[in-house]
Amino acid sequence: MVLKAFFPTCCASADSGLLVGRWVPEQSSAVVLAVVHFPFIPVQVKELLAQVQQASRVGVAVLGTWCHRRQELEESLGPFLEGLGALFSHEPWLQLCRERGSKSWSCKATRRQGPAPLAPACEDQVMLIFYDQRKVLLSQLHPPAALPERQAGDATASAGGLAAVFDTVARSEVLFQSDRFDEGPVRLTHWQSEGMEASILVELAKRAAGPVCLLLACLLSLVSTASACRVFRLWPLSFIWSKLSTCEQLRHRLDQLALVVSTHRAEGPAQLMRKANTLVSMLLDMALGLLLLSWLHRKDRFAQLAEALVPVADRVAEELQHLLQWLMGAPAGLKMNRALDQVLGRFFLYHIHLWISYIHLMSPFIEHILWHLGLSACLGLTVALSILSDIISLLTFHIYCFYVYGARLYCLKIHGLSSLWRLFRGKKWNVLRQRVDSCSYDLDQLFIGTLLFTILIFLLPTTALYYLVFTLLRLLVVTVQGLVHLLVDLINSLPLYSLGLRLCRPYRLAAGVKFRVLEHEAGRPLRLLMQINPLPFSHVVRTYRLPSCGCHPKHSWGSLCRKLFFGELIYPWRQRGDKQD
Amino acid sequence: MAGPGAGEPAMEDERSFSDICGGRLALHRRYYSPSCLEFCLSCPRISLRSLTAVTCTVWLAAYGLFTLCENSMILSAAIFITLLGLLGYLHFVKIDHETLLIIDSLGIQMTSSYASGKESTTFIEMGKVKDVIINEAIYMQKVIYYLCILLKDPVEPHGISQVVPLFQSAKPRLDCLIEVYRSCQEILAHQKATSTNPFRKPVLSSKGDDS
Repeated sequence: MVLKAFFPTCCASADSGLLVGRWVPEQSSAVVLAVVHFPFIPVQVKELLAQVQQASRVGVAVLGTWCHRRQELEESLGPFLEGLGALFSHEPWLQLCRERGSKSWSCKATRRQGPAPLAPACEDQVMLIFYDQRKVLLSQLHPPAALPERQAGDATASAGGLAAVFDTVARSEVLFQSDRFDEGPVRLTHWQSEGMEASILVELAKRAAGPVCLLLACLLSLVSTASACRVFRLWPLSFIWSKLSTCEQLRHRLDQLALVVSTHRAEGPAQLMRKANTLVSMLLDMALGLLLLSWLHRKDRFAQLAEALVPVADRVAEELQHLLQWLMGAPAGLKMNRALDQVLGRFFLYHIHLWISYIHLMSPFIEHILWHLGLSACLGLTVALSILSDIISLLTFHIYCFYVYGARLYCLKIHGLSSLWRLFRGKKWNVLRQRVDSCSYDLDQLFIGTLLFTILIFLLPTTALYYLVFTLLRLLVVTVQGLVHLLVDLINSLPLYSLGLRLCRPYRLAAGVKFRVLEHEAGRPLRLLMQINPLPFSHVVRTYRLPSCGCHPKHSWGSLCRKLFFGELIYPWRQRGDKQD
Repeated sequence: MAGPGAGEPAMEDERSFSDICGGRLALHRRYYSPSCLEFCLSCPRISLRSLTAVTCTVWLAAYGLFTLCENSMILSAAIFITLLGLLGYLHFVKIDHETLLIIDSLGIQMTSSYASGKESTTFIEMGKVKDVIINEAIYMQKVIYYLCILLKDPVEPHGISQVVPLFQSAKPRLDCLIEVYRSCQEILAHQKATSTNPFRKPVLSSKGDDS
């Protein structure tokens, strides 16, 4: 196989010296991590390498020599470099050479064919691959290469393919700790040799994070113990809490906050990203909520909203009354059964009357309630949207009631009709065997059954029409609430930190690598530039998506239509842990 | 052995072929070394005729709507839509050329360059590549040939986990595919031979420079 030498771009202009790195025999590739400059004492170099090997568990060794020649040929350097091969024995021994100021490189890799020191040497073909050390160190491959189980005392654990290069560079951070201003025995060149990279803000944030997290964790534990107290578990309150989506959202936010301020260190890069994403999304949520609050306060919008709310509710009730009057007449030219029509119509009209009185009773308090609810927007835009969704469901409670009445009536009718239809044909539903069996009925049973069947079937259009109208209204309300929930879900689950990272530092999230062939001259070794291929945005969202409390409708379209036809009640928002109604 | 001379293929050459619809394609082959080869297939450019036709249709429709509604926003919206549509088409849809780079013992890289300059690259390591083949497919009412890479299945040694088609936008015909196929097979055969052969013959340095 062609020998691949991975060479860091930062060392391309370094002075002559020794190449230090790791040799991966399975891929026949040499990953060069740093260059050790003259003068050095071989014993000290070996000590340093042993230290690095112990600290990082990467098999670092001297791989060969690096010669950066000036215009005047340094004759003495040649045999000196050859002699070093005997001092630091490594198979194969790499010799890279570059003329200063030109792009011509030359590489030689010699390998002894037998154990004896005087065995004939053979040469391999070498391919030079340049890589940006800083980017490779900081980047993270997706999907993460599954490392085999490391046994105790195992110096190296290898990942397959190019992941091995990334792995080697990432684990050799210890080697990059010293820069050229250190007074160490050995002088190295690597990506940090001009000075260690650090940021004051990051260091300050790290120092401050500890006490702040502790404080927030204490507050959180107080809040959670208060909310877990027995009073809230009693029946009416627990029922209300489970139905309101605001409580669900608040619980979700509390969980997220607990995750962020927990004092455990993140186990791996995935956990770290999740914490960062959660923190950024919570901060953005609060910022948007505060923006909404300031907008609402600016022109005294609360009073406007409260004033507009009662007339809107009145208007809705009025429209419903008109609708019922229309149904009680001859809707769309259909002829209804007058008696049943009047009964149902009056029943629903009375309900609307009750509802309007209730709204009028509440109207003086609405502004205060709205103002206090609006304060909750500072907890986040998602909380404000959940409150909006709850207000919608409270205001359209009467539509929900009508839907339930209509659906139950229709359901009863359909069940009655199907059972009597079986009787009409002389069959019966066998509950034990869960199938339809034939059955011989008496004459009077048949007579009464047929009579009831006729009555029910002639009353079917009226009931079906009421059911249809109220189901459509209910579906409209459910659609509006669904849109609000979708928006809340989006804000909850979008991984903003990862998207920002992909936008500003695309090399951090790597899907793979890409190669570019550099200027090639005949007779020279092949030179390639390895760059990081960033993860596409859709993959970033898919990998780092936050778990949200939103529940997607569990019905397929077919089962939904079936439920609608048979009059079974549909509950679009089944939160986890909800009991069947 | 001396440097590049008789017996080695030319460094660069360009030939023209046609794609399955009859458009002109240019295959540009670059030979860097016995272990590295690059094929660049240029697709036919966007034709002025189709661009003019689409723009005229959109603007005529907008003008028709304008005469109905008497709202000048429709005209500005039509111009906006045309511009955005053209930019989106150039950036996301229209591929200018597709490149295949094979590096012995490293892998195979496919790059698609869009008309706006955007490049999207995929690199497959040689360890995952099982073979490069020409396969037949039924495409609408035609039977076409396409070049594809077979990937190894990590679980089953003789199985195939994925088929990656190449040159999907250019869609060259069989003669072009055979050219590419032959060169790929040469390199793959060379790679298989060297990877299974642990003993190498002593080779003198073929480089013009020495240390």
